[in-house]
Amino acid sequence: MIEIKNLNKTYRTADKEIVALDDINLTIQDGEIFGIIGLSGAGKSTLVRCMNLLERPTSGEVLLDGKDLTKLSKKELLKVRQSIGMIFQGFNLLEQRTILKNVCFPLEIAGADKTKAEARAMELLEIVGLADRAGSYPSQLSGGQKQRVAIARALATNPKYLLCDEATSALDPNTTRAILDLLKEINSTMGVTIIVITHEMRVIDQICDRVAVIDKSHIAEEGKVSEVFTNPTSEIAKNLILPRDRAALNTKGGRRVRITFNGDRFDKPVIAQMVLDCQTPVSILFADTREMEDCIYGHMILELPNDERQADKVMLWLQNNEISFRGEA
Amino acid sequence: MSDMFFKLWDAGLIQLGIWETIYMTLISTAVSYVFGLPLGVVLHITEQGGIAPVPWLNRVLGFVVNFFRSIPFIILMVSMLPVARFIVGTALGNKAVIVMLIIAATPYIGRMVESSLKEVNAGVIEAAQSMGANTFQLICKVLIPEAKPALLNGAVISMVTILGYSAMASTIGGTGLGQIAIIYGHQRSKPDITWLCVFLMVIIVQVIQVVGMRIVRKSDKRINK
Repeated sequence: MIEIKNLNKTYRTADKEIVALDDINLTIQDGEIFGIIGLSGAGKSTLVRCMNLLERPTSGEVLLDGKDLTKLSKKELLKVRQSIGMIFQGFNLLEQRTILKNVCFPLEIAGADKTKAEARAMELLEIVGLADRAGSYPSQLSGGQKQRVAIARALATNPKYLLCDEATSALDPNTTRAILDLLKEINSTMGVTIIVITHEMRVIDQICDRVAVIDKSHIAEEGKVSEVFTNPTSEIAKNLILPRDRAALNTKGGRRVRITFNGDRFDKPVIAQMVLDCQTPVSILFADTREMEDCIYGHMILELPNDERQADKVMLWLQNNEISFRGEA
Repeated sequence: MSDMFFKLWDAGLIQLGIWETIYMTLISTAVSYVFGLPLGVVLHITEQGGIAPVPWLNRVLGFVVNFFRSIPFIILMVSMLPVARFIVGTALGNKAVIVMLIIAATPYIGRMVESSLKEVNAGVIEAAQSMGANTFQLICKVLIPEAKPALLNGAVISMVTILGYSAMASTIGGTGLGQIAIIYGHQRSKPDITWLCVFLMVIIVQVIQVVGMRIVRKSDKRINK
């Protein structure tokens, strides 16, 4: 369990102070995949670096299984870091070492026996599907393959936690999907707790159990992904989760409503049924679906007819059929 | 070719000159690296934001390095004669020359090493830190191995510079091709001897450069093969 309590981080430059993190409180349970989403500059990379003390917080506690990392001696801290794996946007592989030697690296640091280290490294390369490239150098691999090597390397010391700092941000959508599937598999088969930092909602959708939305150095909102997704309360979460379509906002029509579906309504033709029942046309300005926890969630922006009576009829229909919706500005 | 050439050649002086130039260069480069490599590492890691920042030490070392680098070699040589006498017991001859070369080359190599280490991707250092690597491991397992091609490249450049310095060493009684050029070529007005020495130096530099670059290329694993 990782607990972050009253964490602050301030950078001092010559003439001013920059607040990177302001009173952050978070608890990450063992075995979950926890997402931290925010725009660039929100402080998410600083936050994840506070979890292994690559960044030392200005104040506050970082408790790893009850142990406050900020109070450890340098030597103890180095030891603890061996139980926290980390992967990066830029992969950060050692360019002058083979793939196998890269995966051996953390074991070397930990002082493991060379033959054992290599056996363990091969085992991990097998898991990430790159055993046949053991003798290659990083420059000979694609981005997705490099990240697989980085994942194998991060897991070499059997860490309990894996920190992922924008790990898929440099990858194309298909590769991203494959890497996320791999992370999910690692989480379920090895029980590694994974902390994912990203600016992309699809990453959170695909693998996270819970999410914290960070904005301007604060945690704006936190909760189960499906809850935050269907009912975002903070402004930033709404922006990240419910993308606004510029073209849709510029139309001059009647009232707009945003409808949210959750999994079980998906097998019914809701909109078509509504149009038939109300005998009035509506325009679909925007629609999107996401899959989370094996359920499909969707949302849609409808433009109601100009005629107020017709529009009210639609609203009433939505209410009566227990479809969650809300008015859009 | 003048008679002088055949006289020198038959006496074995030119061959000896070539050998002396090469061996002074090699020994000075090797010993300078013994001091220059740690110096460069310390300059790099003690920098503000480095892996073991010690700003005052960095400033002091930086000043000393700049001090020695700003003295032209020929002046450094005459001003450091007492130091040579103290270390090797004489202020004349090749022993003293090697001491001078090391004094001049160490700060130069220190800067060379420092700039090579700067090229190592900061993300790789961070990754190693996240695995719990200590400062010594970061230096020996990450910084130096990752900077290896750049370091070797720097060594080739340093060696050529030291070779050039060694030619000036005849001022304090050093031998080698530089001395032959001055004594037999310049002072006895035999320009062909001077040009022969120039030609031989050019060959030596070319060999160092070509062989060095081949080693650099071979050592760099970043190039797709």
